[in-house]
Amino acid sequence: MENLPTETPLLETRGLTKMFGSLRACDAIDLSIAPGEVHALLGENGAGKSTLVKMLFGVLDPSEGEILWKGKPVKIGSPGEARATGVGMVFQHFSLFEALTVAENIALALDGNIGIDQISEEAGRLSQEYGLPLDPSAHVADLSVGERQRIEIVRALLQNPELIILDEPTSVLTPQEADKLFETLAKLQSEGRSVLYISHRLEEVQRICDRATVLRHGKVTGDCDPRQETPSSLAQMMVGGEVAEISGAGLGEPGEVLIEVNKLSAPSRSPFAVALRDIDLSVRAGEVVAIAGVAGNGQSELFDVLSGEDKVGDADAIKIRGQSVGGKGITERRLMGCGFVPEERHGHAAVTDLPLTANLVLSRHASDRSTFLSGGPIGLINTGAVAIAAKRISEVMDVRKSGEDPAAGSLSGGNLQKFIVGRELDRQPVVLVVNQPTWGVDAGAASRIRQALIDLAKSGSAVVVISQDLDEVFEIASRIAVINEGRLSEPEPAKTMTRERIGLLMGGFHDGTGHAHAEAIYAH
Amino acid sequence: MDMTQAIILTIMTAATPLLLAAIGELVVERSGVLNLGVEGMMIMGAVAAFAIAQITGSAGLGAIGGLIAGMLFSLLFGFLTLTLVANQVATGLALTILGLGLSGMIGEAFIGLPGLKLAAIEIPVLADIPFIGRLLFNQDPIFYMSIIAVIGVNWFLFKSRAGLRLRAIGDSHSSAHALGVKVVRTRYLAVMFGGACAGLAGAHLSIVYTPQWVENMTAGRGWIALALVVFASWRPTRVLAGAYLFGAVSIGQLHAQALGVGIPSQFLSALPYLATIAVLVIISLNRRMTLINTPASLGKSFVPER
Repeated sequence: MENLPTETPLLETRGLTKMFGSLRACDAIDLSIAPGEVHALLGENGAGKSTLVKMLFGVLDPSEGEILWKGKPVKIGSPGEARATGVGMVFQHFSLFEALTVAENIALALDGNIGIDQISEEAGRLSQEYGLPLDPSAHVADLSVGERQRIEIVRALLQNPELIILDEPTSVLTPQEADKLFETLAKLQSEGRSVLYISHRLEEVQRICDRATVLRHGKVTGDCDPRQETPSSLAQMMVGGEVAEISGAGLGEPGEVLIEVNKLSAPSRSPFAVALRDIDLSVRAGEVVAIAGVAGNGQSELFDVLSGEDKVGDADAIKIRGQSVGGKGITERRLMGCGFVPEERHGHAAVTDLPLTANLVLSRHASDRSTFLSGGPIGLINTGAVAIAAKRISEVMDVRKSGEDPAAGSLSGGNLQKFIVGRELDRQPVVLVVNQPTWGVDAGAASRIRQALIDLAKSGSAVVVISQDLDEVFEIASRIAVINEGRLSEPEPAKTMTRERIGLLMGGFHDGTGHAHAEAIYAH
Repeated sequence: MDMTQAIILTIMTAATPLLLAAIGELVVERSGVLNLGVEGMMIMGAVAAFAIAQITGSAGLGAIGGLIAGMLFSLLFGFLTLTLVANQVATGLALTILGLGLSGMIGEAFIGLPGLKLAAIEIPVLADIPFIGRLLFNQDPIFYMSIIAVIGVNWFLFKSRAGLRLRAIGDSHSSAHALGVKVVRTRYLAVMFGGACAGLAGAHLSIVYTPQWVENMTAGRGWIALALVVFASWRPTRVLAGAYLFGAVSIGQLHAQALGVGIPSQFLSALPYLATIAVLVIISLNRRMTLINTPASLGKSFVPER
């Protein structure tokens, strides 16, 4: 703490603790934010970052410890009190109301009875001033994720806060959108406001933050100037141990085409869903094709048609090992050797109230009928065989759980995700389609899942990974495509792909160079 | 009064209780609470209004008593679902069953007694307008209140700040909570408003529509009100249209049966339901607008994390 600020910190916490039952989500946190400082709060998922800021914003009550504002102890009992104190917050999972308009959403966060028209005007002015264009009369349901974030920021700015808390703001943005956000943050800083910037992206933190506080398992494990640190020293503080390196070595020449999508179009299923347009994709044995893109550009719709959850009218639009499967359902596709892992762990990939073994039977009752079921049409469950398979999956994927066969919902996000991915890998699927394989998963579990996906491709399967995480995309993919507003770009070799180019494709800038690249890799 | 006026008048009388109960439930559902106990609150309002009118000799006090009875009964629902976080569907159904039983018990002593009728209030000058004057401005107070409720609720929901907060809670109670909106308190107020409207709707049945007490006299109107809210895609003006359409077809089919039209009477009895559902479904074909109006957190319990 050699460069301790001489002036009083704007916000300080001393021994701030939050207990959930016996779990210490935040354990005696000391944090100090100077005026005009961009302060990073680093940590993995589940490290206690969100719990900490919820206490600072009055959403949660601290169990112990105190919060000091400009040197004086304060009690922040509600978000309203936080705003009155001078704290503004931009939530990670937006606290926006889809059915309401932009202006109505902003009005909700303001106290008093200023007319909606006046708020529209003021919001329009602020959004211009900070380079965050917005239409006050648009319904939130119709806006992109980036635009939704702008509403949150404008909403926070309208209160003229001295401290603005941003919770994982770039996780939903394209690189270009993120750059614009950083410009806005720089402007806020130049006005003397402080920013508490929550992230697990080291590169960003090093780029824009003056100080960083690192959390792990609810405790402060580091307080440093991120510009003086290396990414690996920061990662060390975040993760504790070393994270296993992912190795893509051994991915050979791609073989035959295993899954093929031809000119696939599908109308949107609901007003808030995305229509798929003219999608072409072919994935060969022994390769991992990653589909990058900002959330809400058709990823889940694409996953659903690939898995057969949504059938398409044109049977030839999707071919698996040369057979047309457009009109076939998910069970038939599984029987052909495919595996699917949807994005949402709770409720989609797993029934949270049922034990792991039951979840195993639910997804593999058809493909493993001979092992898991007996009694012909009655379909009695062979509990012994299922238990053995569940145990095998847990061992291979290092699933940490309480008890032999706990309910799926009782596992932590990372462990449940390892089980769900392992459940498909255990069958050695010929084609595996995964949506957001490591979303909200800690680094250890993420590297394990990524390595398992690469290993599956090495063994001769075709793997499709839909992911918003560019680090992940570059780590595992042989080829990378980008989905934007329901259109998929031509996959390009990962070696020649750059982040800038992905960013452009995410923003909808297509050109003809993709074909040349694709031909190059196969000619090679 | 000519024949046309008489028919329109009966339609308005038939539509008023539906409209009141539905507009109350609309506010409840807009706040994200599904109270299936409308029928129970209505019948409690009906029996309380009749009994209080008998005991005090004043139909006006009876109407107020019906309103209060509905509100108190809804508070029971509020306490169970909002404070104790019981399942809203099960609690609502239980409220209806309890209301039907309890009202039957209370009403035992009043069966067969001639009831008091709430007097019409003639609004000076306006009532002299030819044709519509007598229809619109020489009515019972509950009719006036039903119309005021529609206009008031429409203004409240879409123009006032408190209404905006209520819609926000119905869209996402956790987001609203994160913004510091008082979710549980607002929902209590909404539930009580719904109860008061249902109680008054019940009072209309027992002291205006047919001034007497008959067991189960609501005859499913609470359920129709619930359906109206959904098919009207949670918009007050559409609830108004739906309630009057239902009233019109109900009265029309009665006349048709009396005239001996060659259509099976069972079909005619079903006609109001079919016609109302058909029309409201056609109105709500615009799926985007329906989704925007549907309270996304409808029926979900809210437990603040603290």
